Amino acid sequence: MTAGLPVPSQTGHAGLSSLIMDPECSQLLPALCSVLADPRQPVTDDTCLEKLLDWFKTITEAGSSLLLLQENPCLLGLLCHVLKPQDLSPRVLAFSLRLAGMLAAQEDCFQYLQGDSSLFVASAAGQLLVHVLGLSLQGPAEGHPGLQTGDWPVCAQKIASHIEESLRSAATPQITQALNVLTTAFGHCHNPWTQVLWVRLSPLVASLLEKDPVPAAHSLVDLLLSVARSPVLSSSSCGLWETLAQTLSHLSPTQAGPLALGILKLQECPQALRAQAFAVLLQPLTCVLEATAQAPGLLDSLDGTGGASVTVDTLLPSKAACVGLLCRTLAHLELLQPLPQRPSPWPQAPLLGATVTILRLCSGSATPASDAGGHLCAFLVGCVRVQRAALDFLGTLSQGTGPRELVTQVFAVLLEYLTSPDSSPTVLKKAFQATFRWLQSSPETPGCSDLDPHAQLFLRDLLPVLPKRLCSPCWEVRDSGLEFLTQMIGRWGGQAGFRHALLASEVPELTEQLLRDPESYVRASAVAAMGQLSSQGLRVTPASPEHPGGQQKSLLAELLHILSTDSEGFPRRAVMHVFTQWLRDGHADVARDTERFVARVLQVASQDLDWEVRAQGLELALVFLEQTLGRPSSHCPYAVTPPVAAPPSPLAQALRPLCRVQLFEFAFRALFDCDRPVAQKSCDLLLFLRAQTASYSGPQGSGSVPEVASVEAALQRWQAGDQGQPLGYLEPEVVVAVLRSMDLEGLRGALAESSDRVEKSPRSLLQDMLATVGALGEDEADCY
Amino acid sequence: MHAADSLLKWKIIPLSSCVVSLTYCLSGHPTLPCNVLKFKSTTIMLDCGLDMTSTLNFLPLPLVQSPRLSNLPGWSLKDGNAFLDKELKECSGHVFVDSVPEFCLPETELIDLSTVDVILISNYHCMMALPYITEHTGFTGTVYATEPTVQIGRLLMEELVNFIERVPKAQSASLWKNKDIQRLLPSPLKDAVEVSTWRRCYTMQEVNSALSKIQLVGYSQKIELFGAVQVTPLSSGYALGSSNWIIQSHYEKVSYVSGSSLLTTHPQPMDQASLKNSDVLVLTGLTQIPTANPDGMVGEFCSNLALTVRNGGNVLVPCYPSGVIYDLLECLYQYIDSAGLSNIPFYFISPVANSSLEFSQIFAEWLCHNKQTKVYLPEPPFPHAELIQTNKLKHYPSLHGDFSSDFRQPCVVFTGHPSLRFGDVVHFMELWGKSSLNTVIFTEPDFSYLEALAPYQPLAMKCIYCPIDTRLNFIQVSKLLKEVQPLHVVCPEQYTQPPPAQSHRMDLMIDCQPPAMSYRRAEVLALPFKRRYEKIEIMPELADSLVPMEIKPGISLATVSAVLHTKDNKHVLQPPPRPTQPTGGKKRKRASDDIPDCKVLKPLLSGSIPVEQFVQALEKHGFSDVKVEDTAKGHIVLLQEAETLIQIEEDSTHIICDNDEMLRVRLRDLVLKFLQKF
Repeated sequence: MTAGLPVPSQTGHAGLSSLIMDPECSQLLPALCSVLADPRQPVTDDTCLEKLLDWFKTITEAGSSLLLLQENPCLLGLLCHVLKPQDLSPRVLAFSLRLAGMLAAQEDCFQYLQGDSSLFVASAAGQLLVHVLGLSLQGPAEGHPGLQTGDWPVCAQKIASHIEESLRSAATPQITQALNVLTTAFGHCHNPWTQVLWVRLSPLVASLLEKDPVPAAHSLVDLLLSVARSPVLSSSSCGLWETLAQTLSHLSPTQAGPLALGILKLQECPQALRAQAFAVLLQPLTCVLEATAQAPGLLDSLDGTGGASVTVDTLLPSKAACVGLLCRTLAHLELLQPLPQRPSPWPQAPLLGATVTILRLCSGSATPASDAGGHLCAFLVGCVRVQRAALDFLGTLSQGTGPRELVTQVFAVLLEYLTSPDSSPTVLKKAFQATFRWLQSSPETPGCSDLDPHAQLFLRDLLPVLPKRLCSPCWEVRDSGLEFLTQMIGRWGGQAGFRHALLASEVPELTEQLLRDPESYVRASAVAAMGQLSSQGLRVTPASPEHPGGQQKSLLAELLHILSTDSEGFPRRAVMHVFTQWLRDGHADVARDTERFVARVLQVASQDLDWEVRAQGLELALVFLEQTLGRPSSHCPYAVTPPVAAPPSPLAQALRPLCRVQLFEFAFRALFDCDRPVAQKSCDLLLFLRAQTASYSGPQGSGSVPEVASVEAALQRWQAGDQGQPLGYLEPEVVVAVLRSMDLEGLRGALAESSDRVEKSPRSLLQDMLATVGALGEDEADCY
Repeated sequence: MHAADSLLKWKIIPLSSCVVSLTYCLSGHPTLPCNVLKFKSTTIMLDCGLDMTSTLNFLPLPLVQSPRLSNLPGWSLKDGNAFLDKELKECSGHVFVDSVPEFCLPETELIDLSTVDVILISNYHCMMALPYITEHTGFTGTVYATEPTVQIGRLLMEELVNFIERVPKAQSASLWKNKDIQRLLPSPLKDAVEVSTWRRCYTMQEVNSALSKIQLVGYSQKIELFGAVQVTPLSSGYALGSSNWIIQSHYEKVSYVSGSSLLTTHPQPMDQASLKNSDVLVLTGLTQIPTANPDGMVGEFCSNLALTVRNGGNVLVPCYPSGVIYDLLECLYQYIDSAGLSNIPFYFISPVANSSLEFSQIFAEWLCHNKQTKVYLPEPPFPHAELIQTNKLKHYPSLHGDFSSDFRQPCVVFTGHPSLRFGDVVHFMELWGKSSLNTVIFTEPDFSYLEALAPYQPLAMKCIYCPIDTRLNFIQVSKLLKEVQPLHVVCPEQYTQPPPAQSHRMDLMIDCQPPAMSYRRAEVLALPFKRRYEKIEIMPELADSLVPMEIKPGISLATVSAVLHTKDNKHVLQPPPRPTQPTGGKKRKRASDDIPDCKVLKPLLSGSIPVEQFVQALEKHGFSDVKVEDTAKGHIVLLQEAETLIQIEEDSTHIICDNDEMLRVRLRDLVLKFLQKF
């Protein structure tokens, strides 16, 4: 090493290990460089090279690039080596060039890389071109861009000409590359030179539209949207909006959709273009309405542009095209609907009408009015993809209102889907979701918080369907039925109309039976549903044929049984969630003997192999803790001042229940849990508790020293992995003392470090790469 | 090339006139077909389905005396005339014939059924009319079917005979069938077709006799019929042993697709590839409920069953003793534990229940791959074996006997007949019909459930209709046709238009190009292909003697003198016998020594006549007033002075002149100069 080199100050910092090259990495690097330089040992994984570059980037950004090169001459060797003409993989070449660029900002020899099959290489080449272009224009041109690219530096001119040539090419891949380079340039760079470049190239870009079909349409859309989003370019008057309008009308409906969506998402855009884009987006739905001869009112508002009306035959010619286009259109509209810049007025009614019609066409219940409609019907009948997309969009449309008769139709079609035996499980799930959203959005009757009469009627038809779904042989159906039920009870469980309808149905009883379902997901959903039913006092306990006259188990006991015996994690997690909620809400079964309940649950949860169950146990412990200690008092000026003479040791009293339920044993064990989230949660809980006890100044020496010491010793054993010995009952004073003596902050800091920090270290990356090519000494392993 | 053309055809005999193949449609029921195909001098009956929907017009046959049924009021005409009240009874506004139920047979008048050479059976549901055909029409041919088809078909027939014979009914109504009286009856009796041909059920003796005429076949086995036609059964994926059939000659191929399924249920999957390159594909036996997806229906079946039983009600499943029941039991096997129904007894009551459950386990080679592999484990292919072992499924020949002592409620009963007109199901309908806790679930698609229920009205029990029909639906048909690409499709007329109740569902019909040809009951249809060629073999020694002459590149011709020998529809060209040299000692020539006269063999001609050169030649030979007219088929050369006309067409030349033989011979020789001779 050359003496006197400036050593970056950061090198001394702890926790920045990746910013310097540690000795172990330095030892591995030469071997890696020789592997990279050897064409016989191909590096097949681009991702490794990317990670390696990221690492070098952090090193160079830390300012130590010169040191890096000097300490690791192998890097320079690699760079020199790749310059020789040889059969080197383009990936390694690209890597080396990018490394070189990173180290020394070299700027040529990259164009031929653009067409490489590796996405990384191609995009790197493109990015590099943009980078070089930006760099070369940064100096003289900054602030005062030449109106002509002729004023540009030679290097920049070369790049511009190259892009120009590519755009003129007859080969689509070349056009695609040029468009992608421009997209990158305009996307990342908002300097004035981009405007000069766009002025020069936009006629060429526009001329692509004259070709039939339009080449590289996807990339063209990306470019135009990137131009439109660029504050420099969109404000200039270089015919952008005209080009966009032209593109919209030239592209096929499938290609135009993303462009239309992009235009409608723009913050600033001429109204006429927005209207055109919206019309393009709506075209397929207009076709559907036309083919099924909907009320003319609906059609007018969707087809307001006066553009040539497109027939079903041209827009939706085959089943594949029809399904694809409708799904995309519905997805685009779903994205658009919640945006503030969505078109206004939003054609809520026609969209509802079209979506309902599509759903009816899919179920075979729509009556087409024409041959075209007949074809549409034949394409869509039973099409699950379109059904899912339409139900999703229908759910989104619940955010708006609609004419009464359309809302009636919405509920009718939802009921049709929920009832039909032909609805596939995924479609049914979407139908349940959409139904809940529509019920949620249905207006409440004034002066009454119950469902409106309309929704009540719907519910009357729906509730007989639900038992059948809960008995479905398909577990996904049972599961989504239960999820829907849980949502419904959560929302309307307190309301008379709903309660009455639910109690009159077989649903509560069936739900309870599903606690014993063979499928764990269903059991978990049944647990959640039962938790809700019970919270709302909707659990019925009739003598079932299976337990004639027998005393039925309490739900609490049943859930505890699941928690301690179920072989799958999901139901146990669900039980913990229900218990936590019950505790929070003061559920009657819990309130009867809260301490017994908490003690029992914590005891079972601490034995659980599933970390989420243990973590949820801590959540429950926290709720209990908060309830026991009371929330931190707010310093409200109007609050009644507590009596000055407080009881001698209220906190010790308050901690006693926590000690009785063995909350501390649970929390301390969790502190050393092998799963980090559990340990973190426990750490947070104990820190909270310590904060609560900070003001506690119990009689000195009340926690006998030997007892504290023995607890600390036990905790040390636990930390070392020996968790066998229980702590037994702890006095509050002992707990407080132990809490104070523990370095909980330090522990929290250690836990905050990513648990995969070892796996993500540069050393590990180098070792992995070498291991992949077998250069890490494994060759010497014994061979049989 | 007129002469050459006719020579070419000598290698492959042109049939005197193109022979048309015909199908005679004897059944109007698309899923219970009975067609007769006349093809290459063979007469082949395709399936022998029995339309049992006629029984819906009759009162149920109760196994136990039913006061309700026996006290139904007799029906009288509007004017009060009650002469039919012994034959017709009224129940909830419907009129039923009080008699032994009768079946609507395939058409017997359209074609003389004694001329049928063979009957090909595609599945056990499509052979139920067999005894009527084989025993009462003078049929002397052979019936071909696979082993499971025969065995399970026998069970179905046995069950049917048993159901009807064990409840003897003295009365046989015939008055109502009188055409003048039938007109006065309410629907649907008024509209019932061909009631005069309806027949009572056959006897077991007739069944045995009919089945004895069956020859067993295996999939892909090639069966020669009189040397003229080869028939081959292919797996159709619908039921155990179910088949489609290929009927082919050397130059023509007819595929007969009957009940087929592409779903993965228990049978071997459908063989589609072998149906390729058909001239005609006869398509029958599609799903009867094209809008109901079998998976959804099975789900519906299970859910309704569970809901009923949980509420303490009983479930009645009217069904056939084989087929979908296997799949339902399998489905329930997986379902009952999850639905908490492990303690609910399942009863299967049929005179053939035991045989059916056992047969299903022994036909391993006819099962789908999954089930076949189980046999090697060894495990029973169907899980109903385990249901029986664990006493969850119990089977009984009848509700009399053991069943009545084992019977425990709530329960699920599978029993026949799906028409609800005979069998143990009648008793359960009477027993459980009054309680709304109970449910009857219809899974068989053959009968309208509303019509089946009509004589039990008013009914308190719940009725669920979830027809499970695994046969091809129209989407699958459309894919199949795209895949196998037949030149023509022939199908029942019902398949060429959407169902009447859903006239907008253009997807519920066959959509193919050219459009499918349709047929209906009692119609004769000429199949849309003409047989042009027949294969003839040439004996090697004869082939050796041929001297082909190349008349244009790639085409050589040779004249053949031979004897055409035809036997068993096979044609062979043999060398002509050599002329025997007259020996000195024997002057007398025996008649049997006569040989065909080969000496006067005229040369064969080929080539075409160039009109312009021909006219020049005529002028050269002194015909000065030659005039040529073009016709649609060629030319007419007019020799005006000689009042002679030479008609030159592509495959013939005629010289028409009045009584001037000399002139005709001159002209003929001129024509011949332009043609090649052999």
